[in-house]
Amino acid sequence: MSLKVSDLRVYYRTLRGDVHALDGPTFTLADGEIMGLAGESGSGKSTLSKSLIRLDGRMRYVGGSVELDGTEVPIWDDAAMNRFRFKEISIIPQYSMSAMNPTRKIGVMIAELLESRGVRFKTVREELHRRLELVGLDTEVLKRYPIELSGGMKQRVVMVLSTILDPSLLIADEVTSALDVSTQRAVAEMLVEFRDRRFVKSMVVVTHDISLVYQIADSIMVMYAGRLAEKAPARTIIEAPRHPYTRMLISALPEVGVTYAEQRLTGIPGSPPGLLDPPKGCRFRARCPLASDECATEPPFVEVTPDHHVACWKAE
Amino acid sequence: MTAAQPLPDPLAGPEGTAAALPEAPRREALYFALRNKKLLIGSAIVGSLLLLGILAPFFFQNGPNERIAPPGLEPSAQYWFGTTQFGQDIFVQFAHGVRSTFLVGVLGGGIGAVIGMTVGFVAGYKGGWIDEILNMITNVVLVLPTLAVLLIIAAYLESRGIVMQSLFIGLTTWPWAARAIRSQALSLSSRDYVDLARLSGFRTHKIILRDIAPNMSSYLFMTFILLFGGSVLAAAGLDFVGLGPTDGMSLGLMMHQAVKWGALQLGVWWWFVPPGLGITAIVGSLYIMNVGLDEVFNPKLREM
Amino acid sequence: MRKYFARKIFVYALTFFVAVTINWMIPRFMPGDPVQSRLARASLNNPEASQAMRDYYTSVFGFDLPIWQQYLNFWGALFKGDLGISVWLFPTPVTDVILRAVPFSLGLLLPAILLSWVVGNRFGAYAARSKWLDNTVLPVGYVLTATPYMWLALLLAWGLGIVAGWFPVAGAYSFALRPDFSWMFVSSLVQHWFLPFLSMFLVALGGWAIGMRNMIIYELESEYSNYLQALGAPRRLIRKYAFRNAMLPQITGLAVQLGTVVAGSLLTEIVFSYPGLGFLILQAIQNQDFFLLQGAFLFIVAGVLIANFIIDIVYVLVDPRTRIQLQGGVK
Repeated sequence: MSLKVSDLRVYYRTLRGDVHALDGPTFTLADGEIMGLAGESGSGKSTLSKSLIRLDGRMRYVGGSVELDGTEVPIWDDAAMNRFRFKEISIIPQYSMSAMNPTRKIGVMIAELLESRGVRFKTVREELHRRLELVGLDTEVLKRYPIELSGGMKQRVVMVLSTILDPSLLIADEVTSALDVSTQRAVAEMLVEFRDRRFVKSMVVVTHDISLVYQIADSIMVMYAGRLAEKAPARTIIEAPRHPYTRMLISALPEVGVTYAEQRLTGIPGSPPGLLDPPKGCRFRARCPLASDECATEPPFVEVTPDHHVACWKAE
Repeated sequence: MTAAQPLPDPLAGPEGTAAALPEAPRREALYFALRNKKLLIGSAIVGSLLLLGILAPFFFQNGPNERIAPPGLEPSAQYWFGTTQFGQDIFVQFAHGVRSTFLVGVLGGGIGAVIGMTVGFVAGYKGGWIDEILNMITNVVLVLPTLAVLLIIAAYLESRGIVMQSLFIGLTTWPWAARAIRSQALSLSSRDYVDLARLSGFRTHKIILRDIAPNMSSYLFMTFILLFGGSVLAAAGLDFVGLGPTDGMSLGLMMHQAVKWGALQLGVWWWFVPPGLGITAIVGSLYIMNVGLDEVFNPKLREM
Repeated sequence: MRKYFARKIFVYALTFFVAVTINWMIPRFMPGDPVQSRLARASLNNPEASQAMRDYYTSVFGFDLPIWQQYLNFWGALFKGDLGISVWLFPTPVTDVILRAVPFSLGLLLPAILLSWVVGNRFGAYAARSKWLDNTVLPVGYVLTATPYMWLALLLAWGLGIVAGWFPVAGAYSFALRPDFSWMFVSSLVQHWFLPFLSMFLVALGGWAIGMRNMIIYELESEYSNYLQALGAPRRLIRKYAFRNAMLPQITGLAVQLGTVVAGSLLTEIVFSYPGLGFLILQAIQNQDFFLLQGAFLFIVAGVLIANFIIDIVYVLVDPRTRIQLQGGVK
C-alpha cells in the first residue's frame, strides 16, 4: 500500500462554528495506482487533497491518520511536513499558470528552490533537462521568465518541477480545468507517462470531470458532502456504479469522452447539505430517490465486491 | 497632498475586496465591526474631536481671534491650552480650528471623491477612447504637484474662505482615487449582472449607480476617508504657508501664527503643539479606522 | 519600448504645458486684477523699485497685445530661461534666485526620499513577519503619515533644537560663516541640515512601511508563494521572493508620492528657515513677489516631471515583466 488514509477529519474554522469539510474518509491507494477523485464543489475533494500536503490557515486537523509507504505523515504539524513535501508528497496545483515567481528566471527559481531543500541543483540538472524534453519543452525555457511562456508550457514546466525529486505521491489538482480540450488530453497522458516511468509512485487526480479522468485513472473515488460515496476501478464506476449519487453523476454525463461543465454535477436536483451542522445518517438522503428509514443511520464504507467500496445501504 | 499610500493597491489587493461584499451578510459585517479594535478606537477619537468641533464653540462667547486674556499664559484651569502672545484663548482657537478641519475634510474630500468616482467609473465602464482621454487627464493632474498648484492659485485669491479652499483641494486631489476606482469598476463591469443590465438597455449612469457602485460601497467609503485625510493635510499646508482663510480660524493657521510670532524661540510650545496634534489625531485615527473597515469588509484580513 | 516611453514623454510634456498655461492664466484671469493690486502693495514695501517694476511689468505682460500673442511671448521668454525679475530681491532675475535655492532643496529631498524609502520598506517587511510587530509598526506608520510635515518639524526644532540645544534651528549654515570648503563650514552645514532632514525622513517613513507591509502580505498570499510552501520551501526563500516582488510596486509608489514629499519639503524648509525653494515661496508670498512664486512653481513642476521619468526608466530596468512586454517578447 502506498497511501493509507484512515478516518481523516479536517474542519474549517468559521465564525459560526466548524465546517465539517472532510469527515472521516478511510481508503488506500496501491503502488502505481492513479486514482481519480471526483465530486461537486464542496464535496471535500480539494480539502482532502490539500490536507495531504499542506493545511491552509483556516483548516484545522481534527483526527485520523495518513500513512505513506508505512510511515506516519504528520499532517497536523506544518514544520514536520516539510520533510515530506516535494520529496515524498508533491502537488501540481490548479493554478499552474501562476505558480512560478514572475520576476525570476525559471531555471534560477528551480535551482533556488532545490538548493533550499538541500538538493544540489547540479545533481538533478541532467534529469531536469531530460524530463523537459520528454514533455516537449526546449531546455531554453529555463532561461526565460514565466511571462514568456504560454499557459500550456508553464503547466508542463510545473509538472516536471513538481515531480523532479520522484515523490511517492503526486496530487494533481484540477490540472486540466484551465486548458483547452486537446491540451487536456495531452496533459492527462503525460501524467500516465510519469507514472509509467516511475517518476511518481501513485497519484491522486482531483477533478470535476469524470469523463476525462476515466481515460487515465485506474480507480475513481467519488466524494459527497465531506464523506466518501464510492471507490472502485474506473471502468466499474462508469459501467456499474452502486451508489445512487454516482449513478446520477454518471447518467448526467452526455457520453463518456465528452467533457462537460461543472454545472452538470449540480444539475442533480437539490443541493448538498450544509456542513456546519451536517445531518445525521446518510448525507445524500435528502436528494436520494431511494432513501428510506434505514438511511437515518450512517452507512459504512464497505467493500461490496473486491476493490469496490460503497457507502450506501441500498448498494447490495 | 494625496494619501494614496495607505490604501492597498486595489488591483493588487486581495482579490475581490468589493466582489466579496454582496454575499457577506450585513449582520456579519456589523459583528466584526463591533469587535474591531482599530475601528472602535479610531472612530472614538474622530467622534470626540468632531463633537468638540461642533459643540465647543457654542460654550465660549469670545471668538477665536479676540484678545481676552493676558498674553503668553501657560495652560491652566482657566485657559486649558494657555493663551497666545496676543492673549487669545488657544482652546477656543483649537475648537474652531477642529471645526474647519472637519469642514475642509468633508468638502474637499467630498468634491475629490465625486470627481474621482465619476471619472473612474465612466473610464472603467465605458472604456475605449473615453477611457483613453480620461486616463490622460488623470495622469496629467496626478503628476502635477498638488500643493504647488494650490499655492499658485491661493496666492492670487483676494479673499480666501474655507469653502473656496476645499473646492480647489478637491479639484486637485482626485486622480489616484479615479485610478483606483477605474480598475475596480473595470473588473466589476465585466460581471454577468452588469452585462445583463447592459443588454436590457439601461443607460450608463443607471448601470453605474444601480449595479456597479453599490457593490463597491465599502471601497468607495474608504476612498473618501483617504481623500478626507489628504484634504485636511493639504489645507493645513496651505494655511501654514499663510494662504489660509483670511477670516476665521484653522489648525494650520494657528501653526502659521505661532511660527510667525516666534512661538518656537519664545518656548510657547502650547501654541503650536495642540493644532498639529489635532490634525495628526484626526487624520491618523481616520487612517487606522480605514484599516479596521478593510478588515471588516474583507474577510481575508479578519483575524480568526 | 519606444512607444511606451513616447507615451510617457507625451503625458509629461502635456503636463508641463498645462502647468505653464495655468501659470500664465492665473494672474491674468483672476477676478479683480490681482496683479495690479499686488504690485500696488509691493510698491509700498519697496518704493525705489516701484517705478522700474511698473515699467517692467507692463512690458512683460504686454497688455496692448492680443491674448494669443501674450501667450506666445510668455512661452518665448520661458524658453530663454527668463522667468522675470524678483520683486523681493529686485533686480535679481528670478531664475538666479531659484537656482541658488535649488541645491539646498535637493540636498534635503533626495536623501530624505531615498533613505525613507529604503528604511520604510525594511520596516514594512519586518512588520509582515509577526502579529506583534505588525501591531506596532502599523499604527506608528499611520500616525507618521497623518502627521503634517511642518508639525513634526516644529516638534523636532523645539525639542532637539531649542530645549535640548543639540541642533541649530534656522538657516543652512551659521550666519557667522562664509561658504567655503573648510571643516567648520561643512560641519555647520551638516548640523543645520540634520533636523529638517530627520523630520522629512520620519514623516515619509510611515507611508513606505505601510505600503510595503500591505504589498508583502499580498505577495505572501499569492499563488507562487503557495506553491513554494506546498513544496516545503523554507520561509527565508518565500520571504525573499515576496520582498523582491513587493519592491516593484513601491517604485511606482515613489512616483505617486513625489508630489507629497516635495510639498512636505517646502513646509519643512519654512519651519527651519532653510534657504530652499519652500523658504523662497514663503518670502515670495510675504513680499507679494509673484514672479518669484510662479518661477518656483514651474521649477517644482519640471523637477517632479523629470523625477517621474527617471522612475519610469528605473521601473522598466528592474521589472522583467514590463521589460519583456515592452520588447514584445510575450508569447
